Amino acid sequence: MIVAIASGKGGTGKTTVAVNLALSLPGNVQLLDCDVEAPNVHLFLDARPEGREVVGIPVPVVDADLCNQCGECSRLCQYNAIAVLGTGVVVFPELCHGCGGCALVCPEDAISEVMRPIGVVEDSRSGSVHLVQGRLYVGEALVPPLIREVRARSCEEGVVLIDAPPGTSCSMIAAVRGSDFVVLVTEPTPFGLNDLMLAVETVRTLEIPFGVVINRAGVGDDRVKEYCAVEGLEILLEIPDDRRIAEAYSRGLTLVDAIPDIRPLFATLAAAIEALPPINAGRAAGKSLAHVHP
Amino acid sequence: MKVVVTSIGESLDSQVDPRFGRASTFVLVDTETGETESIDNSDGARAAQGAGIQAAETVSGLGAERLITGHCGPKAFRALQAAGIEVYTGASGTVAEAIGQLKSGGLQLSTGPDVGGHWG
Repeated sequence: MIVAIASGKGGTGKTTVAVNLALSLPGNVQLLDCDVEAPNVHLFLDARPEGREVVGIPVPVVDADLCNQCGECSRLCQYNAIAVLGTGVVVFPELCHGCGGCALVCPEDAISEVMRPIGVVEDSRSGSVHLVQGRLYVGEALVPPLIREVRARSCEEGVVLIDAPPGTSCSMIAAVRGSDFVVLVTEPTPFGLNDLMLAVETVRTLEIPFGVVINRAGVGDDRVKEYCAVEGLEILLEIPDDRRIAEAYSRGLTLVDAIPDIRPLFATLAAAIEALPPINAGRAAGKSLAHVHP
Repeated sequence: MKVVVTSIGESLDSQVDPRFGRASTFVLVDTETGETESIDNSDGARAAQGAGIQAAETVSGLGAERLITGHCGPKAFRALQAAGIEVYTGASGTVAEAIGQLKSGGLQLSTGPDVGGHWG
């Protein structure tokens, strides 16, 4: 069972929900921090490091002796990462998306590939939580390949929670696609509503069942709730706007540890997640919960 | 000497386009014969990324030895250098005036990019 925690808007509480949900579920849980540009789950878990792996993407290297500057590689590349310039071919590795197409189309077999590191995947453990986090190197722009590397480490059994990057762009989709359920975290503000609507549209397009968590309930207005009612979206949990939550967060504490009366809220969410239909029961069963429109 | 000038139009009277990679047109001028040719760069101008590299490849393919433009970013400069093309930035006015500025020594030969990436 893979559950992604996502949101259209940043800073709505994805990580807060992911971490506290992980601690509220019985048994071992794997938590994948797929917000690889700013992974922060580790700040809330006193996790013991277990492993670290550098990951990269394949980029072309051209053998100048074999290359006849025919330009097939350059014509294929949609990212202008390889160009015939003067009497040679020049590669711009920072623009390469690692598709390998240039090596495939080269009629002279002059192109081979080398790995260009783009980030690391780190394993750590804290109690029942196995944390896998991706960390993109500063200055790198290619996010989805690293997210896919983190996703590739999900275990087959038990619950896998994914802390997705904010937004609805390719990085969010790389983190969410293929999950069994999505928890969309929002806040009852105009921005929260606008970005929730974008996220709902995205998750519906991906045909993944989903529910909504409203964080900081009590601020703003009722429009998020009205929207959920009109669209038939299930509100899985409302987390109250409570100064104690902000204080715990600012100290890197989990809410279930720092604020005992918050525990039942996450227990309710955990129960809702556990009650989800088994993976192999298929999407159809999940649709009743998620109200995925055709 | 074959010179390419980035332009918003197709003739010697057209204004210089200060952008290189996303210029709409390249005007190729043979300074010995006075012949001109215009090359549409609308495909390059729409490139998702690497427009400067694509433009350098186009200019290189035209056999140009010099490029006159407004500004040139880091990757475009690297590509033009690899192609052995001299880059002159800071041009303004019409294509003909830019050629005149080059001939009179009014344009400085670039030794590096003069703007950051994604300037245009």
